[in-house]
Amino acid sequence: MAHFPHIKIQQEDFDLSTEIARLREGHADIGAVVSFVGTVRDINEGDDVAVLELEHYPGMTEKALEKIRLEAHERWALESSVIIHRIGKMYPTDQIVLVAVSSRHRENAFYASHFIMDYLKTNAPFWKKETLPNGEERWVDARLSDKDAEKRWK
Amino acid sequence: MMVNVLYFASFREMLGKADEQLPATHGDVQSLIAELATRGDNWKQALLDNQNLQIAVNHDVASRDTRIQAGDEVAFFPPVTGG
Repeated sequence: MAHFPHIKIQQEDFDLSTEIARLREGHADIGAVVSFVGTVRDINEGDDVAVLELEHYPGMTEKALEKIRLEAHERWALESSVIIHRIGKMYPTDQIVLVAVSSRHRENAFYASHFIMDYLKTNAPFWKKETLPNGEERWVDARLSDKDAEKRWK
Repeated sequence: MMVNVLYFASFREMLGKADEQLPATHGDVQSLIAELATRGDNWKQALLDNQNLQIAVNHDVASRDTRIQAGDEVAFFPPVTGG
């Protein structure tokens, strides 16, 4: 399987400062770093959520994320970027996803990080299953608003 | 010669299967779906009658018209919900 050093799919948590230090390493010309961290909410569709479990499609996930990352680099002048997505069981307030992008000037990093998240939401093969406090499990439905968010970049 | 077929998330649970090897006798995804749909209502509902069905062939987004051949990996899954 191809190895993508700027894409990480992992069970363990990540540290924002460590990841940003890595992103900036060897790039003295960076003037802007934008990072997005997605976290687990304790409520969804009006119900309390106790556990969130993330499943993915090994192999396709890495390929899809690398494609999105490279497209961002084609659209905007970026210095570096990284995408980390966690899988397995997570709990409210846990970090799920990190997108961090660096560029010489802030505008490119702002746009690119927003673009990567919008595309990740609708194109990367992850699925969420939530467990309610009473033990009931349910798969999270895809949101129409995520599809609309993707469209703004067409 | 076989194709590797994978099912993810709610599909895996609904169909009771994560993956299987099937003879590569189908020219495209459509005909593979047609055969799988004869297994029962849950198969028909998940694959044939499902407007939101997502398909991948060899880790790339595909459609019902995508050609498949021996050695390919075909995956069926619901709309994605990561991030």
